[in-house]
Amino acid sequence: MTTTVSERVPTGPASDALLSVQDLHIRFSTEDGPVHAVNGVSFDLAAGEILALVGESGCGKSVTAMSVPGLLSPNATVDGRILLQGRDLLGLSAKELRAVRGKEISFVFQEPMSSLNPAFTVGKQIREVLQRHEGLSKKAAHERAVDLLRLVRIPAPERRVDEYPHQMSGGMRQRVMIAIAVACGPKVLVADEPTTALDVTIQAGVLDILRGLRDELGTAIILITHDLGVVADLADRVVVMYAGRPVEQAEVHELFAHPQHPYTNGLLGAVPHREKGVELVAGRRLREIPGLVPSLRSDPDECVFAPRCPRSTEVCVSRRPPLEPTRPHHPAACFHPGEDE
Amino acid sequence: MASYLLRRVGTSALVLLLASIVVFVGVRALPGDAALALAGEERDPAALEQIREKYGLNDPVPVQYVRYLGNSLQGDLGFSTRTGLDVTDIILERLPVTLELALLSLAVGLLIGIPAGILAALRRGSWVDNASNAFGLLGLSIPNFWLGLVLILLVSVQWGLLPASGYVPFLEDPLGNLQRMLLPAIVLGTGLSAVLMRQMRSAMLETMSADYVRTARSKGLSERSVVLVHALRNSLVTVVTVLGLQLGALISGAVITEQIFVIPGFGKLIVDGVFTRDYPVIQGVALVTVFGYVFVNLLVDLTYSFLNPRIRVSGGAS
Repeated sequence: MTTTVSERVPTGPASDALLSVQDLHIRFSTEDGPVHAVNGVSFDLAAGEILALVGESGCGKSVTAMSVPGLLSPNATVDGRILLQGRDLLGLSAKELRAVRGKEISFVFQEPMSSLNPAFTVGKQIREVLQRHEGLSKKAAHERAVDLLRLVRIPAPERRVDEYPHQMSGGMRQRVMIAIAVACGPKVLVADEPTTALDVTIQAGVLDILRGLRDELGTAIILITHDLGVVADLADRVVVMYAGRPVEQAEVHELFAHPQHPYTNGLLGAVPHREKGVELVAGRRLREIPGLVPSLRSDPDECVFAPRCPRSTEVCVSRRPPLEPTRPHHPAACFHPGEDE
Repeated sequence: MASYLLRRVGTSALVLLLASIVVFVGVRALPGDAALALAGEERDPAALEQIREKYGLNDPVPVQYVRYLGNSLQGDLGFSTRTGLDVTDIILERLPVTLELALLSLAVGLLIGIPAGILAALRRGSWVDNASNAFGLLGLSIPNFWLGLVLILLVSVQWGLLPASGYVPFLEDPLGNLQRMLLPAIVLGTGLSAVLMRQMRSAMLETMSADYVRTARSKGLSERSVVLVHALRNSLVTVVTVLGLQLGALISGAVITEQIFVIPGFGKLIVDGVFTRDYPVIQGVALVTVFGYVFVNLLVDLTYSFLNPRIRVSGGAS
């Protein structure tokens, strides 16, 4: 039910998916009881594809991505299947997972200011991952580090490689993070809000680099963001999440042109300008989605968006809407799908 | 880096100068008359006057100070007014004793405090953590004199394992020296390790949840290098600060502990000096103690710049 491979992606059908996440459930046990962070998320990622996980803060998009290489805290329980080229990562030992991390699946985090260790030069932090996974000597790793800095378009990489993170700007540091992430040629790169903390002028450069990596190295990217502008700019396919559940999934043009779920409609209505596919409507007031995100204390058998939804009816609170195609290759979990006026 | 070092040494020298003034004036503000203490049974005003004249006690305080400073810079701290011995010699005799005790206590404190703090942070909420916290609370609350007495009672009197008190120079009898220094080092080291453990634990808890530790994990590094390379290095900054302050306190002499174990160190020297109004001895000991504090602080600052490159580079650039 998850698979919609867009025409832009050259790879075959979903059974060949590079990464396949199936019916993922993540629960955190806390002092105040369990938190159902992710409930039934499924998606496939093909080689060279850029998949966006979209939703507001706390919808479970980061948790979903962190669970893939087993980076969640020990109080998390993960159920479902996470298949990387057919191998279930949930069944791997801690040691086997460490061999996957940084090598096959790597991360770029949101906060470039705090994600690099202030005590070490950026060179050492790039070398480390090369020495760990590729078994390079220090010298060879150093040369690779310089090449990688050049790849992410850092000027004067021979000099910059010996600098400390605090000597660099935020955009520069985020490029270093990307250099670390792609050092071992990962199959999947998870970019968790990679541009959120950056100035708008810097954002475009970082997005360009990510696109370049996909085009030149064929790296598949999971892009986590709440910024629909970034989605339109970069993604091939989109999974919209709300309160831990996937509510809509489609190829990017299709989603922007024909949003089906009222939540997706709300998100698009809250964006100042729409790029790609939808023209900017001048003079229109931005809309907000009324109400608040529900607590994740339980996983109720109803539509979680119903309390905030203008279309909600009795059926919405009587059972959970299934994620089923409402248009070709375009599933949405809604009893009343369709575009807003 | 060089200019940073130079600046730090310069400020250290200034601190020493100010401290010497405070010590000098402070000693003279003590109630009591040095001439009276010197004279002993003699109460004849003429004799007292003669003593004042001889030791320059009639000169204005600033004049006395400048004379004292000039002599001190040449390594001449004067003579004890009580025993007539050269203060520099007395200090050189006592200093190694106190330094040895301080170093041994430091070793005890570090060996227990650092690993316990790291383990407690990594196994937060486990029995290791609870045991470490209980130890930390006890170590901080138990007074040194009580712990010292209990150790003497148990280890020396009851079990007869180690000598109860006394001191032998290390060079004369290394084993005997260590046997006598072990108990006082444990007494002083226990409190120190408790302080270090608590600092280490909280610093480690903070750094282990830092974003760069998450980055290190996402690189597939072993848990060992995540903890010992990425987290520890950043945790040590706060620990070194506390360590510096504690070490300074150890140099000033563990007065009570030295008294209990009858160790002829700095603490005993300064107590005796105060009781007999032995100005030159008090001044000398205070000055050397201040020097020790300032020196340790300098070391701490230099360690910072090693642990945290932000200090080093910004210091070097400006």
